[in-house]
Amino acid sequence: MKVPVSWLREYIKEPFDSDDVARRLTMAGTEVAGIERIGSSWEGVSVGLVLEVKPHPNADRLRLVTVDAGSSRNEVVCGAPNVAAGQKIAYARIGACLIDGHTGQTAVLKPAKIRGVVSEGMVCSEKELGLSDDHEGILVLPESAPLGMPLSDYMGETVFDLEVTPNRPDMLSILGVACETAALLGVSPVIPEPEFCGGGEAIERLVDVSIEAPDLCLRYSASLVRGIVIKESPDWLKNRLVNAGMRPINNVVDVTNYVMLEYGQPLHAFDFNNVEEHRIVVRRAEEGCPFITLDGVERKLSSDMLMICDGKGPVAIAGVMGGENSEVTPETTEVLLESASFLPASVHFTGSRLGLTSAASQRFERGLSPHLALKALKRATSLIVELAGGTPAKGVIDEKPGLKPLISVPVRLSRVNHLLGASYTREEIVSTLELLGCEITPGSSQDDIFVKPPYWRSDINLEQDVIEEVARIRGYDTIPLNMLDKAIPNQTPNPMLGLKRQMRQTLIGLGFNELQSWAMTSTAMLKKALNQPELSISPLQLKKPMTVEQECLRTSLRPALVSSLASNRRFEEGAIRLFELGAVYLPREGDLPDEPQMLGGIITSSCIKQHWNMQPEKVDFFTLKGIVEALLGSVGVKAEYLPSADGGLKPGVQAAILIDGNRLGVLGELHPDVCRAVEIEESAFLFELNITTLLPFTLAEKSYCPVPKYPAVLRDIALVVENSVTHAQIMDILAGYPLVVDSKLFDIYAGKPVPDGYKSMAYRLTFLSEKKTLTDDAVDKVLGQILSRLEKQLGAVLRR
Amino acid sequence: MNQQLDPLKTEALAALDAVTNREQLDSWRVKYLGKKSAILAVLKSLGSLPVEERKVVGAQANQLKNAFEGLLKEKEACLAGSASGQQSSGVLPDITLPGKPVNLGHIHPITRVMYELGEIFTSMGFEIVEGPEVEWDYYNFEALNIPKEHPARDSMQTFWVDAPPSEKGWEMLLRTHTSPMQIRVMEKQKPPLRIVVPGRVFRYEATDATHIHMFHQIEGLAIDKGITMADLKGSLYEFSRRFFGPDRRVRFRCDFFPFVEPGVEMAVECAICRGSGCRLCGQSGWIEILGAGMVHPRVLEAGGIDPEEYSGFAFGMGIERIPLLRYGIDDIRLFYSNDLRFLRQF
Ligand SMILES: [Zn+2]
Repeated sequence: MKVPVSWLREYIKEPFDSDDVARRLTMAGTEVAGIERIGSSWEGVSVGLVLEVKPHPNADRLRLVTVDAGSSRNEVVCGAPNVAAGQKIAYARIGACLIDGHTGQTAVLKPAKIRGVVSEGMVCSEKELGLSDDHEGILVLPESAPLGMPLSDYMGETVFDLEVTPNRPDMLSILGVACETAALLGVSPVIPEPEFCGGGEAIERLVDVSIEAPDLCLRYSASLVRGIVIKESPDWLKNRLVNAGMRPINNVVDVTNYVMLEYGQPLHAFDFNNVEEHRIVVRRAEEGCPFITLDGVERKLSSDMLMICDGKGPVAIAGVMGGENSEVTPETTEVLLESASFLPASVHFTGSRLGLTSAASQRFERGLSPHLALKALKRATSLIVELAGGTPAKGVIDEKPGLKPLISVPVRLSRVNHLLGASYTREEIVSTLELLGCEITPGSSQDDIFVKPPYWRSDINLEQDVIEEVARIRGYDTIPLNMLDKAIPNQTPNPMLGLKRQMRQTLIGLGFNELQSWAMTSTAMLKKALNQPELSISPLQLKKPMTVEQECLRTSLRPALVSSLASNRRFEEGAIRLFELGAVYLPREGDLPDEPQMLGGIITSSCIKQHWNMQPEKVDFFTLKGIVEALLGSVGVKAEYLPSADGGLKPGVQAAILIDGNRLGVLGELHPDVCRAVEIEESAFLFELNITTLLPFTLAEKSYCPVPKYPAVLRDIALVVENSVTHAQIMDILAGYPLVVDSKLFDIYAGKPVPDGYKSMAYRLTFLSEKKTLTDDAVDKVLGQILSRLEKQLGAVLRR
Repeated sequence: MNQQLDPLKTEALAALDAVTNREQLDSWRVKYLGKKSAILAVLKSLGSLPVEERKVVGAQANQLKNAFEGLLKEKEACLAGSASGQQSSGVLPDITLPGKPVNLGHIHPITRVMYELGEIFTSMGFEIVEGPEVEWDYYNFEALNIPKEHPARDSMQTFWVDAPPSEKGWEMLLRTHTSPMQIRVMEKQKPPLRIVVPGRVFRYEATDATHIHMFHQIEGLAIDKGITMADLKGSLYEFSRRFFGPDRRVRFRCDFFPFVEPGVEMAVECAICRGSGCRLCGQSGWIEILGAGMVHPRVLEAGGIDPEEYSGFAFGMGIERIPLLRYGIDDIRLFYSNDLRFLRQF
């Protein structure tokens, strides 16, 4: 909302500083996002009169203009085609600061000889004054402009650009801003009561108005003016509109816009002769009915949209925009003026369904007070008569099925300070509210008052609303700072937070960089990354996605992991390690999706030598498995790894991660098909863990295990076994011997002298007893039992 | 120490110091550790000594032998080092050579800021809770005093999920703010309450260098008997003091959010111009940091709390803005680009 400050001064008689008011408005809830100062750079420019225009002796396109500048007469060289004797113009003397019409740069006007003639100043165009981009001709001022007056005094202006919050329709009006400003300054605004003098026939006999949708149309008032002449508006009106950001059209349309700016009440002028049967019907639209709005666009209506219709059909979309068919044209002689009030939700619904917002709809949907309609109608009618002539019909139409009397809000004075933590006195509270135009009446006790907000403040309905008014007008600065001094409430620790943090820290230590990816992805990308021709989990789709790449919600972190690996490889040599921790969205029948917290990581390495004293490390399945083991180990979990069949991973080079039979996730080498699909040209290894499933296993209580008192005995054994025998099988057997407290596989060998189809696996076993020092004999005895069991069950032979 | 061994040690050390190349080192090794070396002779002669003495001398000799072996290795390494590029006397390494790399990863800048904020609010008695990112419109809008067709919804353009409505007729959406958790927590817990909710939120907005359709917020809520707007101001001032530093001024002005009344916007003094106005702060001298206010009585009621008995304050803050300002990042989209050249900087 653009607010010319001179307009505010019409209602606030006390002088004020516009910067101060801008700051106060901002602090009180309506941000002044910008202050435009028209004319602030016009020093040295004043109103002049063109006395004489002569041809330039040396140039056809130039003329010599004699200007009366009030205190002097000057001869100026001018190239504008529209300059003529008798015009009032903007005259810039030497030394004035102007915008160069050709370069657009600001420059000081210097004395100059143009084609042999000295020019004593300049007659300005709108562009040179920074008013517009018009550089075709000079700016011609109204005849009434006082000769010699500094131009900034004559037509300078300060314009506030307000950012109005959705709860304040009144701040979309000059009067509303004036009342707010006055309250903030502690003064009373002067607001005239509009009235007009109708004559002749009563309007009820000329126009028939019926409201068929009283649930959506709260009030419909109208006046009729006949015998008008459509023409251009006077300059003062046009200037106001331009400064407030609106384009002047003609006197009648300009008046409706002007009064809308002034009161906030949208008005609409119909050409009465195009209103069929001189009848207005406010009703819901017929489903699918087409309608051409003022902007020339055909709109398709639906049966839940409110329309203004005449005897034949729709003439306007209620509260949003008028129709082409009843527009005021230069030939119009009779206008029917509408000032109505519609249900805010209905206007918002219609506007957003049609993708159409207007100055009118913005005001209605914020909950404009229906009490404004009649005042604005009277004001507009009297202005039309003033500017377009004509005679108003006697009286007004005023149907008001939804007009409710103004309410009084009961307020407990003690509650004001109780909620704010302030210490305002009764007088301070009451006088602040009175400044805003509220009527205060005493209640049943000393503590109770009734607050009747002014009719334009439809947003004050509750005690808490009144309390905000007191606080913001007195200033939030008047409320003290207090550090919360209440007892800290009971807390329920959330171990998930700690787990996530621990996981992140460990991965950072392992060289992983954290990613954060979009929650949205595409079905195509999920299929690629998971290597599933048909997705096993169909993702939730968005109703109106921004792009096809983000049409659905991710069910897996893999699309982002693999595509980030591919995109980073373009800039990165050597090892890349990435992880992401976040929710995936798994659809559930009849409920919100399940949102387990997932952790996914991906590693790869192109073998480049990274350091002068170190060989590059080759990354393989066991690199990743070591990482996963360390990661789980960091939260006290030891998992099992079993063969798995994840389609996105290479068959055989993958494992399911389980704990107590619960599947935590999977790890393995990325399937070559996935690599191909996402353009990864190396082998990559990926793990995925469901942190939500993992969480309970990280919470197990730990108990102390005594530090060994007796020395351990180490024995190395190499077992020759068939290739099909697994490490896990050997470990299972070793687990049956409590004296073996640790066993490390330190070598695997195949080839001579180990026979074909066999391998040699070398273990270092640690024997330890809690009760005594183990003798060699005792260890040998147990080792013998172990070896014979290994031989019996797995065919393992001790390699000598 | 044995009369033979002591001078031997002094002599050998001096000789080793004089060694400057491999040949010299070889002859040193032969002389002091070889088959004909003095130490070996001592060890061989142990058998002729009395038992007590044998033990002592044996141990000393072995010790010295081990020491010589260690020194030999060190010297070898030194000579090898000087062969691989050391210019000087050949004894000291080029300590400007890079160390063996230990590759550490980097936490995402948003995560880092979230942790910082979480720690501050936790220390002020707020408990961290998290909530669903896919929500019902009831929690996201209606229960927060934003009815259907309210213009406040226009500033929170919504991603609607293509799913059937719930039994109660609620529609599914991606939450546009973290505020739905206000209601969810009130439904589950009785006051007093003091929580913060970090999380991702979504708005249907065209993306450019300063706008993005997925971002993070942290929400706060404190409800108790007799909580006032002075408590709101004090708590948020304290947060600012700890997070932005005690020298940054703080401004509270009125603003509108449907789920609070009175509504507050908090700004801190611009770090660049210190309040005098610059390009960063749009000439205002202030950087808007968060929206806040006293919880609207209708919101308390929606959460099953009697507004006559309890009051509270709430606040919500966008996260991305903080690292943007702190690090001078000029494009918000970088946070979700997953580009290591960006992520490694934090
Ligand atoms: Zn600044």
